[in-house]
Amino acid sequence: MIILEPRIRQLLIDDALNTFPDECCGFLFGREERDGTRLIIDILVVDNSKQGDKTRRFEISPLDYMTAEQHALDHDWTLLGIYHSHPKHPAIPSEHDRIAAQPWFSYVIISVMEQNTASVMEADATEPSPHPGKHAIHFRSWVLNEQQQFEEEKIAEYQFT
Amino acid sequence: MATVIIPTPLRKFTNNTARLQVGPGTIHSTVQELTQNFPDLKKHLLDEGGNIRSYVNIFIGNDDIRDLQQEKTAVKEDAIISIVPAIAGGSPETHGAPGPDDPMQPSLGAPASTIDRMPTNPPTEASASGIGHALARPLLDRSLAHPFTKEELARYNRHIIIPGFGMEAQLKLKTAKVLVIGSGGLGSPVLLYLAAAGVGTIGIVDFDVVDDSNLQRQVLFGVDEIGKPKVEAARRRLEGLNPYIKLHIYNTHLNSQNALEILKDYDVIADGTDNFPTRYLVNDASVLLGKPNVYASIFQFEGQVSVFNYRNAQGELGPNYRDLYPTPPPPGLVPSCAEGGVLGVLPGIIGSLQALEVIKVITGVGETLAGRFYIFDALNFESRTFTIRRRKDNPINGDNPTITALIDYEAFCGMRAVEERPLKEITAKELYDWQVRGEKFQLIDVREPHEYDIVNIGAELIPLGTVAANSEKIDRDRPVVVHCKVGGRSAKAIRELEEKFGFNNLYNLKGGILAYIDEVQPELTKY
Repeated sequence: MIILEPRIRQLLIDDALNTFPDECCGFLFGREERDGTRLIIDILVVDNSKQGDKTRRFEISPLDYMTAEQHALDHDWTLLGIYHSHPKHPAIPSEHDRIAAQPWFSYVIISVMEQNTASVMEADATEPSPHPGKHAIHFRSWVLNEQQQFEEEKIAEYQFT
Repeated sequence: MATVIIPTPLRKFTNNTARLQVGPGTIHSTVQELTQNFPDLKKHLLDEGGNIRSYVNIFIGNDDIRDLQQEKTAVKEDAIISIVPAIAGGSPETHGAPGPDDPMQPSLGAPASTIDRMPTNPPTEASASGIGHALARPLLDRSLAHPFTKEELARYNRHIIIPGFGMEAQLKLKTAKVLVIGSGGLGSPVLLYLAAAGVGTIGIVDFDVVDDSNLQRQVLFGVDEIGKPKVEAARRRLEGLNPYIKLHIYNTHLNSQNALEILKDYDVIADGTDNFPTRYLVNDASVLLGKPNVYASIFQFEGQVSVFNYRNAQGELGPNYRDLYPTPPPPGLVPSCAEGGVLGVLPGIIGSLQALEVIKVITGVGETLAGRFYIFDALNFESRTFTIRRRKDNPINGDNPTITALIDYEAFCGMRAVEERPLKEITAKELYDWQVRGEKFQLIDVREPHEYDIVNIGAELIPLGTVAANSEKIDRDRPVVVHCKVGGRSAKAIRELEEKFGFNNLYNLKGGILAYIDEVQPELTKY
């Protein structure tokens, strides 16, 4: 289970919408409890360093990655995972995500659907859109299993709406 | 030695070690050394041909080895080598909204349940059915699913997000009813933390009024409440802390006549009393009613905590106070806090532990202190936990119980009731008559000097805490009227003087100086 507090969700939504229609990306920091539950305490927004079309790809530069590891060390947090957005696509990992994925990390995907193309599943979104009538936001989180396949990681639903 | 910094996701293959030392050489030899020492790293660093995987970057300092001599790059003694996973990804190739035919889905390797939740309707149908409705429904359902308001959810957020505690435990707190007996040194932190934690219904039993000497440890109260009943002061404080809970107050002495009636409506009892008769009373009433009794006590530098009469998940009943102390100590052997003193911070520590155990009993989270007895020695900073067991000869729930109803606990503990003898009282009106008639009497004010400075009626000032030391200043051969703000402290002073020094000429001014101002001199300052 991964816990995304409303404050963290809002930061992720902000980044996803600000970057739309490009993919946003960044790091997730926090604690992992003994039972494997992950609590996200802070995020680090980084540039999508993908050359060319960023609407369907993201890349994080190695130097940004090293910065993130140092950031975790400085704050005594654990680097728990990566987030990125899927503009106009559901929050399901693509084959590109899977091939490049690291073991153990949580991959939180933020789906940003334009309302007029939103499917039934996206209508299930629990986030109120900051731009009502424009976007539907939906979160899902994924972790690689031993077979190098993604398994969904439950996101704790603490809603204050 | 050179240092290799292992990225977080690969640390599970290096025994959670972030930094590894390797000998000097080249990147190639470094990777060899790493994969030999940690074989599980191999498939993540090297491909089938034994080459460094394309999505693994290796840096020396801030330089990518691809910009240096690749695997042949030299690793010097003081080199810092970072293994940096390439982080990349993207959306599926197909454009437009996904449907069940999305070609990427079969490769997800996601569990069947995830697949089941994939969209089955084409997006156009969703649009036709109205997004607004579809969005609103889950929110409504969620609000019906649990009885918390959004304000409560915000208030208890730090509980709800604790793994293993969560909404479930918070809901148990909300539906729980806890009776806290005694709102003094132990009761203060217990009540503050239970109210803050969101225990839905809290009962408070106390007969006492707030005294200035309480404020050294009874953090529930402030100077403004001196002279007021503790239960009322406590209610005001707790209402201000948490408006989402219910509070019931009992401004009374707990005794054999009222104990069962008061305790019966609660799920958990928290005993924070300071005397043996009440402890046995609370214990016996809890056992007779089958309720867990979270017990704590303090004396000078030592505190004790346990959970009595607790039935665990396996249905086994734990010991109670009578298994620990079959009989009370002789009267006078163990002094009360008022007599023996207590370090003010100690009830804060022990009362917090008591609140902790109450929360564990309610929520079922963790292992309670049932069957164990915890002692904290503040002076040496030592804790000990003893195992305690049920006794066959326990008179209330052993093999042959002899106590089947509440008894006279004052007599059982060899003490007479503190409140038995009524005090001699005088009303403000009568006092005024004495003054007008020029009766010979002494007037003593037992309030604090700062209160005396605000307003006084010409009495001799002997603050409550110094009464015993100044007993020789108090006349024995004429009536002595003792007053404070509303009458509580003067009553204490009179009892102390009667018990320790044998006075029999003391009168308590009913309603204190406030009553006198109201009835005799309304022009004086009230505070």
